[in-house]
Amino acid sequence: MPAVAWFLATQMVVGVDPTTRPRVTAQEIDRGRALFQAQCAYCHGEDGAGGRGANLARPVLRRASTDEMLFRVVNRGVPGTGMPGNAMSAREVWQVVAYVRSLGRLRREPLPGDAARGAEVYKAQGCAACHTIGGRGGPSGPDLTDVGARSSPAFLRRSLTDPAADLPAGFMQVRAVTKTGQRLSGVRVNEDPFSVQFRDATGMLHSYFKDQLQEFARDGTGTPMPSYRERLEPGELDDLVAYLVSLEGMR
Amino acid sequence: MKSVVAVSVGLLLTAHVSAQLSYDRIRQADREPGHWLTYHGTYDGKRFSTLDEIDRTNVQRLRPVWMYQVQGRHHFEATPLVFDGVMYLTDPPSDVVALDVKTGRPIWTYRRTLPDDVRACCGQVNRGVAALGDQIFIATIDAHLVALDMRTGRVRWDIEVADYKTGHSMTGAPLAVKDKIIIGIAGAEYGVRGFLDAYDASTGKRAWRLWTVPGPGEAGHETWTGDSWKYGGATTWVTGAYDPDTNLTYWGTGNPGPDFVGDVRTGDNLYSDSLIAVDVDTGRLKWHFQFIPHDVNDIDSTEIPVLIDAEFRGRLRKLLLFANRNGFYYVFDRVTGEYLHAQTFARQTWAKGLDGKGRPTPNPDTVPSPQGALVYPDDDGYTNWFSPSYSPQTKTFYQNVREKGGIYYRNEAVYQPGRMYLGASKRAVPGEEPWGALRALDPLSGEVRWEFRVTTPPWCGLLSTAGRLVFSGTMEGMFFALDAESGAPVWRFQTGGEIWSNPISYQVDGHQYIAIAAGNALIVFGLDGA
Repeated sequence: MPAVAWFLATQMVVGVDPTTRPRVTAQEIDRGRALFQAQCAYCHGEDGAGGRGANLARPVLRRASTDEMLFRVVNRGVPGTGMPGNAMSAREVWQVVAYVRSLGRLRREPLPGDAARGAEVYKAQGCAACHTIGGRGGPSGPDLTDVGARSSPAFLRRSLTDPAADLPAGFMQVRAVTKTGQRLSGVRVNEDPFSVQFRDATGMLHSYFKDQLQEFARDGTGTPMPSYRERLEPGELDDLVAYLVSLEGMR
Repeated sequence: MKSVVAVSVGLLLTAHVSAQLSYDRIRQADREPGHWLTYHGTYDGKRFSTLDEIDRTNVQRLRPVWMYQVQGRHHFEATPLVFDGVMYLTDPPSDVVALDVKTGRPIWTYRRTLPDDVRACCGQVNRGVAALGDQIFIATIDAHLVALDMRTGRVRWDIEVADYKTGHSMTGAPLAVKDKIIIGIAGAEYGVRGFLDAYDASTGKRAWRLWTVPGPGEAGHETWTGDSWKYGGATTWVTGAYDPDTNLTYWGTGNPGPDFVGDVRTGDNLYSDSLIAVDVDTGRLKWHFQFIPHDVNDIDSTEIPVLIDAEFRGRLRKLLLFANRNGFYYVFDRVTGEYLHAQTFARQTWAKGLDGKGRPTPNPDTVPSPQGALVYPDDDGYTNWFSPSYSPQTKTFYQNVREKGGIYYRNEAVYQPGRMYLGASKRAVPGEEPWGALRALDPLSGEVRWEFRVTTPPWCGLLSTAGRLVFSGTMEGMFFALDAESGAPVWRFQTGGEIWSNPISYQVDGHQYIAIAAGNALIVFGLDGA
């Protein structure tokens, strides 16, 4: 390596000063993307959706509620976890921060529906039997409190019309037959080789050691979520999508 | 009076000497089944205990006896050593504790002050200590080797093995052989140049270094282009095995750097993804076998070599068994390095097959690309650092297996000191739910005799015992035992934390115990909890 490059590289030490923050521009975000791909995506995934590392493509990051905290995490790592500090200049760290923040923010397009009417559709269709918004609702489906901040309108529309096309992680459907012949099904809460806990459609929790079951099966392609393609008028679907898009969390 | 003084000194010396762990004791560790003297238990990598008090008929009575909570919050991957009434355990990242083996109460602790800019790709972990003479040795996350007084934990010497600022780190347990401490290095994800080192146990002076990426003028250097050898990886981060008869220590080596970009390092890239056999006195490379020439999938080949003597194709041979992360199980002659046999133990896609000498034909579809290339296994491998176990009683090789693929997107890899030097990012396979299994392999053919499936790809190593049991653990925290012959589960205990370690067994006051690190606790089990 040429001496100049070595000198520059050794200046990029962990523990740099965050004070001189560059203005966030498309160019800075692009530089941040390149750095992210080379230094971070090994663990956090090509698109920041997580893997060995945390999912960063979300509006609120647990360990970095502010940009200054995110700077510190990128720069110094997170003690006690696999997240190491990174040898980058302050400007580079800010570029990575700008890119990571862009992952959790979706571009807003004008939508045809009306969110207030969509909230009525949500209520009338009984969506809250399975889904939660702001801590209220059922546990069998994904929490929708900030779904508008992390999912695009197109994705939400498809989830409503063709729910099996892209199933959410963590909601595996399971079926069981007990030794007494009782047939049960629900959403898996926990499973290991020896036991399983799942919630049925009424929200009731069931726990069995597998040797207490006659049959046990997972269904990785199934979902209790029906398609709303035929159940809703096109205008109602637009309204419901607009409502879901308006859900940006409880900050 | 003079004679009385002389007698006292004599008694003191005797007491001192008996508290030592000599090389002869380690070499003959199988004569001390009540102790666990090396990372693998014995030099041969079997991780088998000849203790049989706990067996298939009474294992249901196994209960916790005591627990010790570590302070570290990194994955707790330590294998303890146990001898002469004391357990020596590492607390991640780089602390050491000595525990009274009856009660679990600490006798001493060594707390290391670490710099805050340590770089470790995959967690600041530590897998255990080595013991020799009256000293305990730890290889630290900031790439130092430290010798501690066995009775007090006080530092005898502390030497820098490599510069942590350039991404060097150490996570593996050292290997004590004769008067030397042999250690490997980690950091291939940061473009370090790998090596295997030996240090004089009494002084900390380096006895030899074998570069696992040959420099100019050395054999194998021609397998690297340009300056690529300087950042060539081939690290040695999982503790090897040793055979006193051949006087060779056997280590697997890691991926070449950069992990996922091959065109900056055209050639075979020796001795990355290889098995190396090294003379312990001189550090000379006696023989090598490269599992994956020119790896571009970060597969590594850092598994545990298991040494057995057995009849192979009609001839009694000194064999070396190696279940590689790449999905192939290999058998070698460990005297000559001759490749004898390989067999897949998991479905792999990186190779189209192996030729008669074990050299693979790479599958071009699995080379990372801008569009993404799917490969099995992913870079965590079908196995990883966690230990297999070989039972001479059931003549079975037990291996925990991770069933998981990955999609790799090629990007730029530019070497800068202390930065990741990879060249790809990764995505999970859409819709795939990874899983795992404990597989029982025929040691000579590698055929799978049976498997016990687990829900999540495991990070737990295995212990087999003469009680015809195999112990393992899950990511859901269940520590369990299988019938070593049938694979049927016979005992389980929910530990409440992910299990990222290898079980061991030892005796206290004539009774057998099993120990495992789970979550942030070391848990010891005995019959009826006694």
